[in-house]
Amino acid sequence: MTTNEAAKTPSVVDDLYEEADDWQVNTGGETIHAKRIPGRWRTFKWLMSSVWLVFFLGPYLRWDGHQAVLFDIPNRQYHIFSTTILPQDFWMLSLLLLFFAILLAVLTALAGRVWCGYFCFQTVWTDVFTLIEEKLEGPPAARRKLDQSPMSARKLRIKAIKHLIWILIGFFTGFSFVAWFTDAPQLWLSFVTGTANGAAYTTVALFTAGTYVLAGFLREQTCFWLCPYARIQGVMLDKTTVVPTYDEKRGEPRGRVKRGGEEAGRASGDCVDCNQCVAVCPTGVDIRRGQQEGCITCALCLDACDQVMDKVGRPRGLIRYASLDEMEGHPTRPMLLRPRVWVYSTILILALAGILYGLTSLAPVELKVLHERAPLFVLQSDGSIQNRYTLKILNKTPDLVSFSISASGHHDLVLTGADEAVAAEPGGVTGTTVFVRIPERALESEQQPITFHIEGTRASGAPLKAERESVFIGPRP
Amino acid sequence: MAEHNPFPGENNTGHVWDDNLRELKNPPPRWWMLGFWASLLWVVGYSLLYPTWPVGQEPTQGLLGWSQMKEYEAGMAQVEAKRAKFEDQIKGMSADEILADPGLKQYTLASAKVLFGDNCSACHGSGGQGNPGYPVLADDDWLYGGKTAKITESITIGRQGAMTPHKDILTAAEIDTLAKWVVQMAETNGAGGSEEGWNLFKTKGCTACHGQSGNGILVELPNGDIVTVGAANLTDGIWRFKPGGYESAKHTITYGVNQATVPESRNAVMPAFGATGQLSDQEIKKLVVYVHQLGGGQ
Repeated sequence: MTTNEAAKTPSVVDDLYEEADDWQVNTGGETIHAKRIPGRWRTFKWLMSSVWLVFFLGPYLRWDGHQAVLFDIPNRQYHIFSTTILPQDFWMLSLLLLFFAILLAVLTALAGRVWCGYFCFQTVWTDVFTLIEEKLEGPPAARRKLDQSPMSARKLRIKAIKHLIWILIGFFTGFSFVAWFTDAPQLWLSFVTGTANGAAYTTVALFTAGTYVLAGFLREQTCFWLCPYARIQGVMLDKTTVVPTYDEKRGEPRGRVKRGGEEAGRASGDCVDCNQCVAVCPTGVDIRRGQQEGCITCALCLDACDQVMDKVGRPRGLIRYASLDEMEGHPTRPMLLRPRVWVYSTILILALAGILYGLTSLAPVELKVLHERAPLFVLQSDGSIQNRYTLKILNKTPDLVSFSISASGHHDLVLTGADEAVAAEPGGVTGTTVFVRIPERALESEQQPITFHIEGTRASGAPLKAERESVFIGPRP
Repeated sequence: MAEHNPFPGENNTGHVWDDNLRELKNPPPRWWMLGFWASLLWVVGYSLLYPTWPVGQEPTQGLLGWSQMKEYEAGMAQVEAKRAKFEDQIKGMSADEILADPGLKQYTLASAKVLFGDNCSACHGSGGQGNPGYPVLADDDWLYGGKTAKITESITIGRQGAMTPHKDILTAAEIDTLAKWVVQMAETNGAGGSEEGWNLFKTKGCTACHGQSGNGILVELPNGDIVTVGAANLTDGIWRFKPGGYESAKHTITYGVNQATVPESRNAVMPAFGATGQLSDQEIKKLVVYVHQLGGGQ
């Protein structure tokens, strides 16, 4: 057989090629210009996005003469309103992370990629960037036309303004981020006078570039190919999860509305095949193909479809938040009867309770006692046994506090090395070494508990106290 | 390979094998290609700036002149600069003055820990807990004195005690009596030695080194300093040669300590760390502070 003959013979491979034409793999070859239409979900989306205003405005909040929330990394102090958290209290951060991780899981299990659709910075920033694009360049058709038109003074002007605004937003994003870690007004001053530190400039530059590229150019490609959460959340969905879904039973077969056509007794389904759901989609997917990796469940197609349904006089909700079970006609279980909800909620409540406990029980001073291990005990020439302890005093107050040390737990114990008070540095750990002696004959067991106490007074006169149990070790009696 | 493309207009490269197996042009997405070229550019820039190409014995040095050794040295210089502040202060101070200053004391203890580990812990244990044959430094039993001046002396010039072997001087019965007496003294903190033992102790020359009361002190000066030859204190429960007890005492009395001619004699030599130049004065000063703070400094 010659190659020319082979070309004329149909083969199974050709079928596959034909099928391949039908696959839509969005690799960013074409910029998606989504149509913007008003609606319930559009409004809801803006409300949710506005959470990010806190990110921009938060650093300027003042409290007691200092920045209300300040993550002071060089000094290892984290100020949240009147609370100061030192690295020693960082176990709370793990609970906080657990809380948000589970919150992500529970929201995704219940209502799909809520994070992606409404809160994710990639979604929100892209939304704002495309809004600016629309304001400057016009609706999607005008934008496509502008993109294809040759360079002109008008095009250059519009594009320049657009990119400038994008970069400005990128700059404010980076600047606001840095402002959480250093005094914000001070940062502005040093930033414009060129005296801010290198890390600040680098971070702002990286954020500016990152925001500009990610929200301006990569857009939905980030969700498709870069973001791991997009895929992770995909597997958290199940048949009971409510996600934006096209009601296939109601919609199919699709049929265009014909001029003068009878509404009653039509053979087609409710879908009028207007493609509005695709036109408004920021990731360019067709929701009518079912739930898919590209869908960030932003619900903008719900608005589009409802609007069309209103126009043609058919009931709303052809695309609506619904579970697969509901669509397939299976009985749906109420939320409270689903074990997932209970398990997730329990973890959430436990994590939250832990954080609340931590925040309410933050002691202003903490004492740690390290018992010397080499040697565990030493026989002294007067026949007593001596143990050595390293005391670590964590002083979380901003005052230099002088602490006196005492020990209790045995009637014959003698504490040495603690005659003078220890001056504990503010916001840091101060260590000191003390010795405890107990006559060998007075020891009843190989080891026994003893307690160390420290007492001091703050500059305001408020007493500070802490104690810690340790152990006294001696030879086997 | 086909000379004429049998599948025109399908975006293939024109390479066809086995009749219909052909290679298509599927370029990666633009952002991917951008990343690819950016990475290549990065490699070029990096290889110009940093040591990269293995040419000859040494790799190319790079325009920045950076090397790991230089970075290490700069880092060490930074550490030294931080230490210099304290080291300079310590230089002009005595060990006692350092002990009286909480900040300098903390610094000295922290930095001497390494010195102790390198030079002392092999014999005296990591925490000064001692080893069989080597004294405990964490207790308050100082055969040569526990004040800073005495500790400095011990480290600088070393210590080498001596005890006569008594195998040819005393009878076996006398040695037995003395050994039992030493155990009694140790168990009662010097209060319960037998009369017979005390007699031998005082008449056979033991007091010359161990002192009149057996505590190892020959003279106590008005300022509290003691004069000793490093003989063991027999009035406390601390044994110089562990494990202590009757057999141990008998062995020491019989064969003595540091006797070149008696192979069974006890070995008790502290090297001279200062005189041999192994440690500088500054290092010794820091070690004195450290040892003084181990638990029994006076």
